[in-house]
Amino acid sequence: MSTSRKPQGGTTRRGFLSAAGGAALAAGAIRPAVSAGPENLPPNVPGWSRYLGSGVDAYPYGQPSSFESHVVRRNVAWLTASVESSVNFTPLHELDGIITPNGLCFERHHAGIAEVDPSDYRLMINGLVDKPMIFTLDDIKRFPRTNKIFFLECAANSGMEWRGAQLNGCQFTHGMVHCVMYTGVPLKLILEEAGLKTNAKWLMVEGADAAGMNRSVPLDKALDDCMVAFKMNGEALRPEQGYPLRLVVPGWEGNMWIKWLRRIEVGDQPWHTREETSKYTDLLENGKSRRFTWAMDCKSVITSPSPQAPLLHKGHNILSGIAWSGRGTVDRVDVTLDGGRNWRPARIDGPSFDKAVHRFYFEFDWQGESLLLQSRAIDSTGYVQPTKDELRAVRGTNSIYHNNGIQTWHVRGNGEVENVEVS
Amino acid sequence: MLKSAKRFALTAALALAAGPALGGALGLGSEARPEEVTAWDIDVRPDGQGLPEGGGTVEQGEMLFQERCTACHGEFGEGAGRWPVLAGGYDTLDSDNPVKTIGSYWPHLSTVYDYIRRAMPFGDAQSLTADETYALTAYLLYLNEIVAEDFELTKENFTSIELSNESGFIPDDRPDTPGLSEREPCMTDCKPEVVIRMRARVLDVTPDTEDTSAVTSD
Ligand code: HEC
Repeated sequence: MSTSRKPQGGTTRRGFLSAAGGAALAAGAIRPAVSAGPENLPPNVPGWSRYLGSGVDAYPYGQPSSFESHVVRRNVAWLTASVESSVNFTPLHELDGIITPNGLCFERHHAGIAEVDPSDYRLMINGLVDKPMIFTLDDIKRFPRTNKIFFLECAANSGMEWRGAQLNGCQFTHGMVHCVMYTGVPLKLILEEAGLKTNAKWLMVEGADAAGMNRSVPLDKALDDCMVAFKMNGEALRPEQGYPLRLVVPGWEGNMWIKWLRRIEVGDQPWHTREETSKYTDLLENGKSRRFTWAMDCKSVITSPSPQAPLLHKGHNILSGIAWSGRGTVDRVDVTLDGGRNWRPARIDGPSFDKAVHRFYFEFDWQGESLLLQSRAIDSTGYVQPTKDELRAVRGTNSIYHNNGIQTWHVRGNGEVENVEVS
Repeated sequence: MLKSAKRFALTAALALAAGPALGGALGLGSEARPEEVTAWDIDVRPDGQGLPEGGGTVEQGEMLFQERCTACHGEFGEGAGRWPVLAGGYDTLDSDNPVKTIGSYWPHLSTVYDYIRRAMPFGDAQSLTADETYALTAYLLYLNEIVAEDFELTKENFTSIELSNESGFIPDDRPDTPGLSEREPCMTDCKPEVVIRMRARVLDVTPDTEDTSAVTSD
């Protein structure tokens, strides 16, 4: 099986980017439509229309077209000391719809990817239960199942932007979010199998990786909509997403969605683990910190145009983006082309699920003028996505986590796009 | 075939509709044996629940720390290179450059024990004994100027140690910006002028995205 089918030449968006980066384009010069060379264009007959292509089974597990090989997760090396405790980012600017392909879901590990043999997998439930239990993966798969689409966002998504525009691409500013369909079991059913004691109020959920990642989850949330999932988008979880079993904590910060879930302890008070004290607490300007900031606030970002997805054509253009809320559905997204002076409603298209990514579009005409693009989402609770300055006024700039402020992209006359902040 | 599918659907409906019924609703899984629970139950809570028997001194902790921790965390917990800082940072939380350490930021000592026991040393987790973990915790208290050099930390005196920032945390009080009920978002002529205040390109810290790594095969 080969994964290196060679692109047959032609100019890609990357070609454009490097040209733009090298300032090779005069202002206003927009690249002509992508062409693969005249031999493939009418009136000629291209090779793919004459000769046989690969047969079935050439790719037993299908891969994207080789022309899409630039659509990959990327990390920011200077952010972390080691790749085992690090993060990479979903290429949001290349995706559409509301579902993230499994191989492009961003990764965040605290001690690398645990490779768990499913036959040696065990989930333990102990603490304030009638009977401490151990479940095999087969046991879990014999519980009644449910299918749900949810976004998962790292609390630190956009965390590098608290002090101002820093990373030039929505992959890096907003790429710690993904949205897939999970197949699994309501956590409630698993807990009931062990039997909860009447004084049960909290869970400690723990991973089987070498970080033993652990967090406290209030029991109300666990019984409400949490699940343990063994499939994402129909296939087994990817190892980097917690194969064979992960916790799903809808709408709440990503690090609570324990991967490689190995144990759930039931208790009557929270544990104050390292990941909810040293990390994932939100330091305010006065030196106090908010803790247990679980819900992900309503947020949106324009994914195209964006710094990695410049405007290529004058005339009719499509602006597209995503919006999500940890408190419900997204009811409305407004966009502005002039930095927030005037706003217009965008069109939300595709299904609208609770605590899932929503896709929006806005069609506009562009004649090479400079644009300042922003999107503002409003969720089903009436929460309005704030500006970054509004957030800073309340929280200062040291919070790291929960930056859901409005993002601005500056489109220049030559179609290049840059991450900026405006007054 | 059809019959069993029906029966499954019925069980599912019953189970989903059931309230907080106690124990064994579906008869799945097996009871965990006490020794299995003891082996996996490694968490420690602020009230001391989960602390194992034993103890360790600052002196023992110092030796262990030199051997197993300084390569990343530095001789005095100051952090080698970009590895985490474990000591100091007092009175920085409301500054422009807050340094969050066990001493300056962590609210509970139990978190130190719990975390070292499950996750450190990085790459060789769960290799420390209970006494070694007490000794390392004691040494980190010493590095943070919370105990004297002749201190011994034990299961018995553990919960008497308080960290300085315990009262530094407040509950989540979001939403903290105006919602629809407070303010209808402006749609037209919202501000007189717009000025670009900051550009990402000035910093130039974005990774190069022009390389075309091959499609990953995972
Ligand atoms: C190979 C490098 C390495 C070694 C050796 C190492 N650590 Fe760490 N330590 C790390 C990394 C990396 C993290 C952060 C992990 C993460 O991101 O979750 C960390 C985090 C910590 C933290 C939490 C810091 C914080 O502010 O949240 C403590 C406490 C700690 N280590 C103690 C120890 C002790 C005690 C030892 C020796 C027994 C040790 N470490 C050995 C790399 C190391």
